[in-house]
Amino acid sequence: MRPINEMTLTFPARSVNEGFARLAAAAFAAQLDPTMDELGDIKTVISEAVTNCIVHAYPDTLGSVRMRCRIYPDGRFEAAVADSGVGIADIEKAREPMFSTGGAERSGMGFTIMESFADSFTVRSRPGRGTTVRFTKRISPRAKK
Amino acid sequence: MDVKIERLRESLKISLKGELDQHEARGVLMRFGELESQALPARCVLDLSALGFTDSSGIAVLLGLERRVRDAGGELTVVNIPPQARRVFDAAGLSRVMRFE
Repeated sequence: MRPINEMTLTFPARSVNEGFARLAAAAFAAQLDPTMDELGDIKTVISEAVTNCIVHAYPDTLGSVRMRCRIYPDGRFEAAVADSGVGIADIEKAREPMFSTGGAERSGMGFTIMESFADSFTVRSRPGRGTTVRFTKRISPRAKK
Repeated sequence: MDVKIERLRESLKISLKGELDQHEARGVLMRFGELESQALPARCVLDLSALGFTDSSGIAVLLGLERRVRDAGGELTVVNIPPQARRVFDAAGLSRVMRFE
């Protein structure tokens, strides 16, 4: 199925861009007329995915994050958040609840939250090449709301 | 993010206002650090009525505060949790380890 609209943003992996990224994604998803809950879910998953790039992908450099959002005629919102950083050696380990290599302000629940808030969710990563998180969220048609 | 810490007569009230993410979490945890050297009232309330958004950073912030209050012999109650934050905390099972109202 071809998307009816799409947008791509590229920005430096600075933490101040976490808020920018989720607001931009939410503004784009607004075209599908989502409920507050659906919009909240999208913002939450985007925030987790972008935070992972910022905290983990570039330990020694300031790299960039690419966020591509698409919407489809069947009401699906899809986003891919990608970095070209260090990658994740063991994705299964990274997805375990409570596992974190971050600091005291990290809970190790990022992947758990993304999995439970998205309708579909995939992680692709190659050590030294970067990581891409993709997810979809189905926006229910307005008549049924 | 605004962190307001009020000492009431027999309790401590902490209010968070704004959006809580990794960018903001470190500063919030640092503010909680101020509580460390003080004797805390037994009852501590965290008011989230003005929390516009949280991601999993909020889980770390709540657990950090709960541990600090418990170490000081107090009990933390989290009140006025907005729906978006509630979904995040529920996904992590937080209500099993701390008191929500």
